Amino acid sequence: MSERARPLSLVPDTGRAPVKLSMQHVSRAFTTGARARVEALRDVSFEVGAGEFVCLIGPSGCGKSTILNMFAGLERPDEGEVLLDGAAITEPGPDRALLFQDPALFPWLSVRGNVEYALKLLGTPADRIHDTAEGWLRRVHLTAFADLQPHELSGGMRHRAALARALACRPEVLLADEPFGALDAQMREILQHELQQVWSELGNTFVFVTHNVREATFLADRVIVLSARPGTPIEEYRITTPRPRRFDDVLLRSVVLDIHDHLSKEVTRAADEEGLRPDLA
Amino acid sequence: MWWAVTASGLIPPDKLPSPADVWNAFTSNLSGPDGLLVAARGSLIRLAFALGVAVVVGTLIGFAMAASVLVQRSIGTLMTALQSLPSIAWLPLAIVWFGPTERAVMFVVFIGGVPAVAIATAVSIRQVPPLFTRAARTMGARGWTLQRTVVLPACVPGYWSGLQQAWAVAWRALLAAEIIRIGAARGLGHLLEASAENISLMIALMGVIVVIGLAIDTFFSVVDRRIRRRRGLLVPA
Repeated sequence: MSERARPLSLVPDTGRAPVKLSMQHVSRAFTTGARARVEALRDVSFEVGAGEFVCLIGPSGCGKSTILNMFAGLERPDEGEVLLDGAAITEPGPDRALLFQDPALFPWLSVRGNVEYALKLLGTPADRIHDTAEGWLRRVHLTAFADLQPHELSGGMRHRAALARALACRPEVLLADEPFGALDAQMREILQHELQQVWSELGNTFVFVTHNVREATFLADRVIVLSARPGTPIEEYRITTPRPRRFDDVLLRSVVLDIHDHLSKEVTRAADEEGLRPDLA
Repeated sequence: MWWAVTASGLIPPDKLPSPADVWNAFTSNLSGPDGLLVAARGSLIRLAFALGVAVVVGTLIGFAMAASVLVQRSIGTLMTALQSLPSIAWLPLAIVWFGPTERAVMFVVFIGGVPAVAIATAVSIRQVPPLFTRAARTMGARGWTLQRTVVLPACVPGYWSGLQQAWAVAWRALLAAEIIRIGAARGLGHLLEASAENISLMIALMGVIVVIGLAIDTFFSVVDRRIRRRRGLLVPA
């Protein structure tokens, strides 16, 4: 089942799970080239429960990646607080793995070497590294390709390798920034299924950024829709369809249409606003 | 063509000897205390030593340039300026400092190599894709670990190209200094200058210099291709 969560408090059912990640009144602006100051996020507040799968969706440039980078500890807010288990996030750490749109595998290491890299950083005992890496590679079906260099893999396999490397950190939180954005539709679907399965087994908290409504609806417990720049949550959808989910699920499809509708209204509104005030562009 | 020109007598043999004369000059001057082999060995040892020191010093300066804006603005600018100065222009000053000795030759080679290595090091570090460091940081890498496990390996291809340029600069500087004939030891440049009376030997020597240059350059290129192939940076021909 799915339902619109109203009113727009954007607070999850904290009765079900403790809050893992939270943003409180976060704002962030960037100074770009010619003195122009771009407001990326304005007064963003939301929470993610432990073990919850949240998708952030919104028009391009709405600050989705900035939100993830803050959770990852790669960026700081100008105002407000970004919290992990109630404590401020000040730096990156292996408890929060980040998947990029580019798999970001190290080209000087083999696929196995990339996974082992994460394990070494964690301080895994030397005699455990090989077997542990093997285990994660098996999980993403890459054992046969473990000794190849990243560039010898297909795009989909590279993303699986990046997932294995991220999982090897044993993160409590997985952050993903449009990880499948550059893949073809079939590969995307296969990886979405695999991701669903891995998440169901491991139960990490997941924050997934995408601009693909179908992907968001298929994967998430909750979809948060962000406004155009400056980004702020404007709507959220709780998706209670049981897993494993199927792409042809009728209820999912109706939610997809609903979100699509909402998003295109938002994009049109933003475009109109810019069109009416051309001097500000 | 060379053979045809000399055989036809268009150019007198005291301007351009025939290939056979050059080959004879090459084989008859190969061994012996004044021979080509001893000279080539002397030049290569000098090159290896002076370039080795230049690589160490240049790499350290390059790291400092990449690490600090202040160093980049001061020493970095100096390095760029030095690069525009032919290294042989240092020879008069080197002779004032060290006398017409082996050390003066070494210094010229050294000063030719340092800017090339330093600039290549700094540029290759600055060109490490931020994506790699970001990825490593999210896995918990920081400080020296981050530098050692990500920045160092990531900058290898650029650094290696820098070394390839540096060696060529150093090799030219060495021969130029040797031709001016300072230092007691024998080198290819010394022989070249001494061969003014024997044009066949002169051309044979130039051939030897080119062949050594090609050989060393091939070595760098082969390693370069290996590095790039391993990382998928080699565009298939």
